[in-house]
Amino acid sequence: MRLNPWVGITAIATLAFLYLPMLAVAVLSFNKTRYGLQWSGFTWDWYVRLLNNPDILEATRNTFVLALVSTVIATVLGTLFAIALERYPWPRRSQGFLENLLYLPVVTPDIIFAVALVVAFGAFRMVSSLFEPGLFTMILGHVTFQIAFVALTVRSRLKSLGHDLDEAARDLYASYGYFVRHVLLPLLTPGIVAGAMLAFTLSLDDFVISFFTSGPTSQTLPLLIYASVRRGVTPEIHALSTLIFLITVLLVLASERLTRR
Amino acid sequence: MNRLIVWFGELTTPAQLYRRGLWFLLPAVIWILGLLVIPGLSLVALSFAERGQYGEVVWRFNLENYARLLGYGIFGWSPDTILILLRSLWVAFVTTLVCIVLAYPLAFFIASRPPRTRYLWLALVIIPFWTNLVIRTYAWQMLLAPDFPFAKLAQGLGLLAPDAGLYPSPLAVYIGMVTAFLPFVVMPLFSSVERLDWSLVEAAQDLYASRIRTFFQAVWPQTLPGLTVGVILTFIPAMGMFVIPDLLGGAKYLLVGNLIQQQFYASRDWPYGAAVSLGLMVMTLIGLALYRRRGKDVDLV
Repeated sequence: MRLNPWVGITAIATLAFLYLPMLAVAVLSFNKTRYGLQWSGFTWDWYVRLLNNPDILEATRNTFVLALVSTVIATVLGTLFAIALERYPWPRRSQGFLENLLYLPVVTPDIIFAVALVVAFGAFRMVSSLFEPGLFTMILGHVTFQIAFVALTVRSRLKSLGHDLDEAARDLYASYGYFVRHVLLPLLTPGIVAGAMLAFTLSLDDFVISFFTSGPTSQTLPLLIYASVRRGVTPEIHALSTLIFLITVLLVLASERLTRR
Repeated sequence: MNRLIVWFGELTTPAQLYRRGLWFLLPAVIWILGLLVIPGLSLVALSFAERGQYGEVVWRFNLENYARLLGYGIFGWSPDTILILLRSLWVAFVTTLVCIVLAYPLAFFIASRPPRTRYLWLALVIIPFWTNLVIRTYAWQMLLAPDFPFAKLAQGLGLLAPDAGLYPSPLAVYIGMVTAFLPFVVMPLFSSVERLDWSLVEAAQDLYASRIRTFFQAVWPQTLPGLTVGVILTFIPAMGMFVIPDLLGGAKYLLVGNLIQQQFYASRDWPYGAAVSLGLMVMTLIGLALYRRRGKDVDLV
């Protein structure tokens, strides 16, 4: 295929345009000056300070607790949901309803999602103080949008597996429990892992739903960065953002490796 | 219900099968119903309620929130809210258009790389998308600040007052939006470009079609499936976007997302916020319905 050289030039320029913001942040994270954007020498200082900043450490902990717990719950629920959708003969109308239910969290704009959760937790609070804004409500919120993504990933794996091995296992007198544990789940593992990875990154990445459901003690990294943008960014935030960027890249590459096999 | 059936090697009855299936189904269904569907429906109910004196919700049925959404306030009619709704549509439209224009060269460029490095280039497009949006947005805030080269250049050309920055401004919002959504268009478009039938392009060239005509008659129709997915993945979330206009747009360039957020925070007017959210949801559903009609054979995920 022969392309006009301008196509290549535009493409590279567009890519540069995508990377420019991250590059600027990374460069400034090594800059000695605290205020302003003038370059005045290289330093690791801001990275060292990160490790001694209790707020940032706390937010890091919250972010990972939130992502881990919600991913585990969403992976279990999403996998079950996918099996139910793909392996049971639901009547046509209920199947349509379930199908819509599956896509609903994907197509709802996240701000509406968040607002609906605010209203729901407001109502639940009248029953129990458990629903005060905090890590618990954030986990509930994250799981709700993660379920759909896990279910979609696992379901596509189920579809590509087909029914043959199910049939073979049952023909050979495997009980249903034995079949699920020793045939279905091992076969589904790549799909489940991919779904969980996706759910995990989505949770790390989420801002809007966290913003609306968080409380005073449940600051996560995106919320912390947003708050400090409002107050005026410090080089520590540049350093933190650079680290988050690098970690996400590694996570994405790792999940790519895992799912390719 | 008690007749015996064979379901993939298992002798069972439909009733038994449903009973077991419900164990798989119910946890997720109850979760989504309880935390998304029912809250969504209560949002509808809430939009007909009223704000009390202290920001509490007063359950007295009225249509005032919808009247306000159409611009009828206590001081008579004003176009402010309609303007915000239309602006959100417009921003989403421009963002999508610019993304498409930039995505074509990129998709063709990646498709023209040798297979070995193609996925590397593709990964290069996706990686920024996996970076937190808040980080990418504040990075643009910095890049468009008064003492950065871009603003200096604009100042030098006389487009900008000296010492002024390029943000907050509509331009900054568009830049932020385009960088946020570009990968959503490039990815599906690439999958269409990769499967392009080049013999059609050759035929067009053999028949002396101009470059523009070759593109619009031999290339464009073949990339429509991917393009439709890209447009949906961009247009719908762009309408409800809240972080980017919040950080880059300033108070004068509000979008629907910001309006909703204000009602739930600063103004504490939940009923009105609910009405605005439903307005956004209706716009989203219209968008989806259009997509269903145009691109039925295209998978979203």
